[in-house]
Amino acid sequence: MNDMTPDREERSANLKGMGCSRKRVEDSRFTQGKGNYVDDIKLPGMLHGDFVRSPYAHARVVSINKEAALALPGVVAVLTADDLRPLNLHWMPTLAGDKQMVLADGKVLFQGQEVAFVVASDRYVAADAVELVEVEYEELPVITDPFESLKSDVVLREDLEGQTEGAHGPRKHHNHIFTWEQGDESGTNQVLDNADVVATESMYYHRTHPCPLETCGSVASMDKVNGKLTLWGTFQAPHVVRTVASLLSGIEEHNIRVVSPDIGGGFGNKVGVYPGYVCSIVASIVTGVPVKWVEDRMENLMSTAFARDYHMTGKISATKEGKITGLHCHVTADHGGFDACADPTKFPAGFMNICTGSYDIPVAYLAVDGVYTNKAPGGVSYRCSFRVTEAVYFIERMIEVLAIELGMDSAELRRINFIKKEQFPYTAALGWEYDSGDYHTAWDKALKAVDYDGLRKEQAERVEAFKRGETRTLMGIGLTFFTEIVGAGPVKNCDILGMGMFDSCEIRIHPTGSAIARLGTISQGQGHATTFAQILASEIGISADSITIEEGDTDTAPYGLGTYGSRSTPVAGAATAMAGRKIRAKAQMIAAYLLEVHDDDVEFDIDRFVVKGAPEKFKTMKEIAYAAYNQAIPGLEPGLEAVSYYDPPNMTYPFGAYVCVMDIDVDTGVPEIRRFYALDDCGTRINPMIIEGQIHGGLTEALAVALGQEIAYDDIGNVKTGTLMDFFLPTAWEVPNYETDFTVTPSPHHPIGAKGVGESPHVGGVPCFSNAVQDAFRPFGNRHTNMPHDHWRIWQTANRLGLHD
Amino acid sequence: MSDKMHIKLTVNGEDKEFLAEPRDLLIYALREKLNITGPHVGCDTSHCGACTVTLNGKSVKSCTMFVAQANGAEITTIEGIGSPDALHVLQESFKEHHGLQCGFCTPGMITRATKLLEENPTPTEEEVRFGMAGNICRCTGYQNIVKSILAAASEINSAKEAAE
Repeated sequence: MNDMTPDREERSANLKGMGCSRKRVEDSRFTQGKGNYVDDIKLPGMLHGDFVRSPYAHARVVSINKEAALALPGVVAVLTADDLRPLNLHWMPTLAGDKQMVLADGKVLFQGQEVAFVVASDRYVAADAVELVEVEYEELPVITDPFESLKSDVVLREDLEGQTEGAHGPRKHHNHIFTWEQGDESGTNQVLDNADVVATESMYYHRTHPCPLETCGSVASMDKVNGKLTLWGTFQAPHVVRTVASLLSGIEEHNIRVVSPDIGGGFGNKVGVYPGYVCSIVASIVTGVPVKWVEDRMENLMSTAFARDYHMTGKISATKEGKITGLHCHVTADHGGFDACADPTKFPAGFMNICTGSYDIPVAYLAVDGVYTNKAPGGVSYRCSFRVTEAVYFIERMIEVLAIELGMDSAELRRINFIKKEQFPYTAALGWEYDSGDYHTAWDKALKAVDYDGLRKEQAERVEAFKRGETRTLMGIGLTFFTEIVGAGPVKNCDILGMGMFDSCEIRIHPTGSAIARLGTISQGQGHATTFAQILASEIGISADSITIEEGDTDTAPYGLGTYGSRSTPVAGAATAMAGRKIRAKAQMIAAYLLEVHDDDVEFDIDRFVVKGAPEKFKTMKEIAYAAYNQAIPGLEPGLEAVSYYDPPNMTYPFGAYVCVMDIDVDTGVPEIRRFYALDDCGTRINPMIIEGQIHGGLTEALAVALGQEIAYDDIGNVKTGTLMDFFLPTAWEVPNYETDFTVTPSPHHPIGAKGVGESPHVGGVPCFSNAVQDAFRPFGNRHTNMPHDHWRIWQTANRLGLHD
Repeated sequence: MSDKMHIKLTVNGEDKEFLAEPRDLLIYALREKLNITGPHVGCDTSHCGACTVTLNGKSVKSCTMFVAQANGAEITTIEGIGSPDALHVLQESFKEHHGLQCGFCTPGMITRATKLLEENPTPTEEEVRFGMAGNICRCTGYQNIVKSILAAASEINSAKEAAE
C-alpha cells in the first residue's frame, strides 16, 4: 500500500489548494453563454416595471395623471408615492442613516429621480406607458455646487427642515448633513504653524460611477398562497437586502428568500438598496405575479450609485530635510439629494481617515462636511474600501506637492517617511492599527525594476529636447505607494444598518469525500467558487475539484454581510479557514478512532491523518468522511459539518508600489502609457492567476477614472454623461499591458495571512496615472491639476503653462 | 403599437419563426422570444458589444438592429459556438488564460473574436486590440482577453499547418 501512495508533492498538487493558479470553475458556463444573470430570469406571467423619471433636478411635483397610461392595453398598474404611502414604503432608510424617496413625494431632488413605476405586460409596453404618464412639475432653483449649497437660502430637504441634529451629529445649515472629525485639530494646527515647510493644496476628486457592464435589476415574486416573497437581484449583500426587505415590508424574514444570481460586475454599484428593488416587490405584492425591473444604462449612470465627489483641501508640513510632521485635511463631500453613501454606520466618510497613507505622520486632523445638492444620491465605494481611493489620492498628491515645495525627489520623500517594518503593528495618527507591512522593501524593488534613476535622467533629457524644439512630447513618471484598509470589519466598530460586519462559511462533507461550502458573500466576477475551494482544500485535505462553493441564496447560505470593500477574503475567507479547521478537528478524532490511537497521536498531512512516527499508518480524508457517516464512533455525533461566523479582530492593510511612465503629446493632449509596473502585497496569495487578473482590471478602472471617466452636470442639474458615448469606459485599444510583481507580508491576525486584493489596483492606480500626467508638466511649473485628465484638459494644462506659444 | 410581422431567422443552425413588432430589437427577440440569453444588454447604444452576434457572416450589435431588419438572416450566438463536449478553441483559450471574470461581456467577446480570427487569422497584438475595440470589458483590463485570442489564433494556425 505504501508503494502505491503518491508522493507528498503529487498529493499536494492534486489538492489544488492555496498558492496555485487553479483555472476557474465558473468559466465553463460563462464561455458558453450559460451564465444566469437577473435579466435572464423569466417566470410564468411575469410583468415588467419601468420608471417615470424626473427631467428636472429640482422641482415640485404638482400632479401626476395616470389615466392615459392605465388605458394602454397591457398596462397593469402605475404606482406613485401616494400608492406606497399606506404601506409606508414611499420613503426608505439609506445605509447612511438618512432616508430616501422611493417615489417622488411632493418634489424631486435630482434629474432622473424615480417619480412613478409603471407595470406592464412587457418592457415595450411599459416604456410606452412611461411616456403616457403626465407629470406636472414646478421648477425650483437648482444647486449643483456644495459650497453654494451651504450658503443658499434654498432648502433642498424640506422633510428635514428644522432638524438641527442628523444621524452623525449637528447640522450647521439646512443643506448640511454632518461634520465628521478625526484626530487632533489643535495639535495639528500647532505643528503646521511652527513647521519649516508647509505645502497647501486644494483638489477635487470628481464624481464618477462604477458602471458595471450589467446594470442593476430585480425580479420579485410574491407567492400569496404560501406567503413567501422571493427576490432575485443584483445584490452585493443579499442577506442585508433580506433583512431590509423584511423591516420595510413587514413580511417576516423567514418568508423572504433573496437570491443573487450571477452578477455582471459590481464594483460597489450593487451594494445599495434602490427604489427599483422596492417597487418590484410592491408591484408583485399588488399584482400577485412576478415583476421584473432592470434599469437601462442611462438610468444606471443617472440614478444608481455615483462615487467620489470629494472637494479636498490639504496642508502637510515637514522639516527642511523632508520629514513629515503633520497633516491637515478638510473635505466638502457632495452627497447629492439624499445621503445614501454605502459606508459602515459609524463612518459617514468611510475610511477617509486612512489619509495619512503609508507614512509615519505624528499628528493629523481630518474633517469632512457632507452636503446636499441637486445631484443623484449614492456615494458608493467604487472598487475600493469606503473612500480609501479618495484618501490615497489625497495623500499621494500631497506628497507630490510637498516634494515640489521642498525641491526634493518624491520617491525619496516617500522613502524617508514610510512607516518602518519594525513599527508594525503601527497605530496611525487618525487611529487605525496597521497590521503588517514592509514598505521599504517593496519600494526599492519597484524603483529598481523600472530603473527609476534612468527614467528621471531620460525625463530630464526630454525636457531639454522639448525646450530646444526637438520634440513635442513630454514624459511623465507617476509614482504611488498606497496602503489600503480592507476587510471590514470588526463588529465592535463596523456595521451596516446595525448588522455587525462578520462573515460566514458553512461546510458539509459528503460521505464519499466531496463537499459543499456556502458563504455569506457573493462573487461578481472575483472567482469565489474557485478560490474559496482552494482555501478549503488546503485546510481539510479534499481536492478543490471536489468542493462546490455556493453563495447568494439566503435560504441556504449562512448570514453574511456580502462582497464589497475587498472583504470577501479577509472576512469570509477567514471564516472558511476556521470552519475548515473545525472539520479537521473532528476528522482527527475520527481518524484516531479508526487507527486505534489517541487523538494526539495522529497529525494532519496534506490529505490525510497519519500516525505520528508511522506514516504508513493513515486514514485519508475520503476514508474519514465515509466513516463519519457509517460508523458509530463513541462520543461523536455522526456527520461531518461545520459552520463559522468570523468576526475579524482588525482590518487588513494590503499595500503596493506603482510606477507609470507616460508620454504626452503636448499639441493633442493625448497620453500614451509606455509602461505600468504594479507591485502588490496582499499577504498570502491564494491564486496568483486570479490576483493578476484582479490587478489588470483594477488598474484599468483606475485608468478610466484618472484619464476621463466622469459624471458631469450642467448648472441646471442635467447629467451630461448619461450614456457610454460620453462616459468613458476604456476599450482594449486604450489600455496598456501591465507588469505585475509582488512581495508577501502576511497579515498576522488573519487565519491564512491573506489581506485581499481586488481593489488595491484601483486605489493605487488612480493617483499613479494622475501623478504621471502631472509629473510630465512639473518641470514647466505645474503643481496640481484636477482629474479627469482627458485629452482636452491635458491640452488646456499645456496651454496654461505656455507650451503652445 | 403596430401590426406584427412574421419573422424567419436561422439561429445557430435552427430555423425559427415568430411574430414581432417592427420596432422589436434583435437582442430582445433573441433573448425573450427565443430564450437565447447568451447575448446581453450592456449599454443600449452599441458601445459595449455585450450583445454581439454574427449575422450573415458579420459581427453585429444586436441591440441596435431591429429584428425586422434581420428577417431571413443566418445568426450565430455564443450558444452556437462550440458545445459542452467540444468547446471552441477560443472558449478553451479564454478559460486557460483567465480571459474573463464576471462573464457578462464574455459571450459578445468570444462571438466577436471568432469573426476577428476569420477576418484576420494571424493578427498582431495591436490588430487584436483594434479588432476587439467594439467590445467593452469592465473586469479584466483586456490583457488576458488579448492573450486568450492570440493563443487561440496560434493554436488554430498550428492545427491548420498540421492538417496540411
